[in-house]
Amino acid sequence: MDNKIKERILSLAPEAIIEETQFISATIPSDKLRAVALALRNDKDMQFDYLQDLIGMDWGETLGVIYNIFSTPNNQKHVVLKTSTSEKESPELYTVSDIWDSATLYEREVYDLIGIRFINHPGLRRLFLRADWNGHPLRKDYDADPAKNPVPLINQTVEDMETTETLTLTNEGVVGSSFQLFGEKEYIVNMGPQHPATHGVLHLRISLEGETVNKIDPNFGYIHRGVEKMCESYTYPQILHLTDRLDYLSGTMNRHAVCLCVEKAIGLEVPERAHYIRTIMDELTRIASHLLGWGCMCMDMGSITAFVYGMRDREKIMDIFEESAGGRLMANYNVIGGVAKDIHPNFLQRVRDFIPYMRKMLKEYHILFTENPIARGRMKGIGFLTTEQAISYGVTGPAGRASGWMNDVRKIEPYAAYDKIKFEPMMRTEGGTFERYIVRLDEVEESLKMLEQLVDNMPEGDFCAKTKAIIRIPEGEYFQRVENARGDFGVFISSKGDKSPYRIKFRTPCMTLVSALSPITCGEKLADLVMIGASLDYVIPCIDR
Amino acid sequence: MEVKNIHIPNMKNEDFNDNEYLEKYVEELKKNGTNVVVGKISDFINWGRSNSVWPLTFATSCCGIEFMCVGAARTDFARFGWEVTRNSPRQADVVFVAGTIVHKMAPVLKRLYDQMAEPKYVIAMGGCAISGGPFKSSYHVVMGVDEIIPVDVYIPGCPPRPDAVLYGMMQLQRKIKLEDYFRLPEQPVIK
Repeated sequence: MDNKIKERILSLAPEAIIEETQFISATIPSDKLRAVALALRNDKDMQFDYLQDLIGMDWGETLGVIYNIFSTPNNQKHVVLKTSTSEKESPELYTVSDIWDSATLYEREVYDLIGIRFINHPGLRRLFLRADWNGHPLRKDYDADPAKNPVPLINQTVEDMETTETLTLTNEGVVGSSFQLFGEKEYIVNMGPQHPATHGVLHLRISLEGETVNKIDPNFGYIHRGVEKMCESYTYPQILHLTDRLDYLSGTMNRHAVCLCVEKAIGLEVPERAHYIRTIMDELTRIASHLLGWGCMCMDMGSITAFVYGMRDREKIMDIFEESAGGRLMANYNVIGGVAKDIHPNFLQRVRDFIPYMRKMLKEYHILFTENPIARGRMKGIGFLTTEQAISYGVTGPAGRASGWMNDVRKIEPYAAYDKIKFEPMMRTEGGTFERYIVRLDEVEESLKMLEQLVDNMPEGDFCAKTKAIIRIPEGEYFQRVENARGDFGVFISSKGDKSPYRIKFRTPCMTLVSALSPITCGEKLADLVMIGASLDYVIPCIDR
Repeated sequence: MEVKNIHIPNMKNEDFNDNEYLEKYVEELKKNGTNVVVGKISDFINWGRSNSVWPLTFATSCCGIEFMCVGAARTDFARFGWEVTRNSPRQADVVFVAGTIVHKMAPVLKRLYDQMAEPKYVIAMGGCAISGGPFKSSYHVVMGVDEIIPVDVYIPGCPPRPDAVLYGMMQLQRKIKLEDYFRLPEQPVIK
């Protein structure tokens, strides 16, 4: 397989430089990239149909993009394509948004933060920052002077939000033309940025035809905190604290990903006990997250009871966290090499007590809500996402599995103690709102099974490996992904041998969830949009970072 | 009313810290003097006001989840009369700034605040809302919401525990109870 991929790339782009590290990485000239991408995507044997991430890079002299692509039929075989622009003044690359749907938003992000313009992109404009922002923050020569970009006190105008650009290649070179996203006659409703049903500060502009949704334009950036830029000046142990706050509902898992990535890079052996503790914490976080997701989804349908029930049972997990880690929502527990402190003597017993309690409560949830004819009537038959769409949009996690795409990273690339326990990824095939709802509750049940096995086999020994006071990662590129409560969370570190990364990129699952909102809600009623959104269960700071 | 006379159910008066600003405020009020009847009516109105402070559901990030916890089963803030979270700023008395406020969000928060009816209060919840917190060195984060709107109570933590949020709410209740309803202080202007 590896040889075949290499041959294919070399046959299309003979200048390509292929390296084999943790993954196959190919540096390809920018004019040949599209051909290679198309070939890898459409080849019958290879089928690299999942663009996991698209990373904008500033290599000093030039700018560039790194494509992380995976082949779903081949157990998510990983290939990295790299390309760079010829210059820094007006950097231009060809779009891949027609090959992979998830690239549409990713390319807008790269345009926003790095400043590369993509030719033939359907609508190029800033994603996170306002249209009047000066500079591209992730460039190395970005001027961070606050006087250049003062805190604005006037809202962005609608024209600014809507004006998009497309670049087309003609005989006279690249020509740009701008257009308005919505027509003058369209009826637009704003939802957000401050709206309880968007689960955060997401701003949706919805074009309506009567009560039916025609088109959705999500606007991000209302919680863009610039984490990736901050990380470039922080040391690795400092970075960990920021990752918890990306997707706060699966903070432990995000942190786990960064820890694993750094450990892999410096070749640190983590004690077995630490692996077990981390896995238990991950699963507890997953349950807590799904309970909140369930509660909020039910509350969006008007059932406050479910919300109160979910939060009540979530508090039990928060108690377990608090006792061992000291934090409730932000456990801040994983460190490079293991965990910060050994577990509390009561920890295992508490988890053992929690498992039967949660099982009993799950039954109650099903009686209370899943079996409720009104709830079923509202959830069934809306918001269908096909398997092909899920893969192309990169919808991972419970939402992707409800569409029949087996994308559980815990199974595909087992990390920590996941290869030592028995579990099944929870799958459905229909891909509707009800399936996404039920997959989440099934996962809670499966997590309880995992917890049972983990608690019974907890090994004795050290909880943390010894690390150097200053951690330096050898030069190179490192990648690690974990399954967080919302899907595939990836960390990409590009290091130059310093104590802080040259570039770190977090691939967060929520952006792709929101990008899939548009295709699955078109044609549905506006009232159902809230519920479809809730069933996708996105967290906005996870998108904006 | 004296600071030591403020009664908050379930919490002893000497357990409250940070009384200096309240004492200063009482001194200011005493200087002007108040009619006994008007003072009593004001106290009565304040009693009602302080026990039905309705928060706006405004959460941008992590602190919002802890705010939801405060409203949910275990630490139910309905016990203090705060139970009705309003989705419209026009019906809310207090805005909990729960989470980071970034440049793009700042005008939105300002507009929400301007839409609220007087008397209105602001609680800055968590490190980000107080000073930028862990995102102090970011290019896109507002270093504390008091750059945009005046803040009454600061609740530190990342995120604050529900107990801390309740304590912060009680502190706001004490402030409301002290006020002279007929001569409410003017809103400070932020430049």
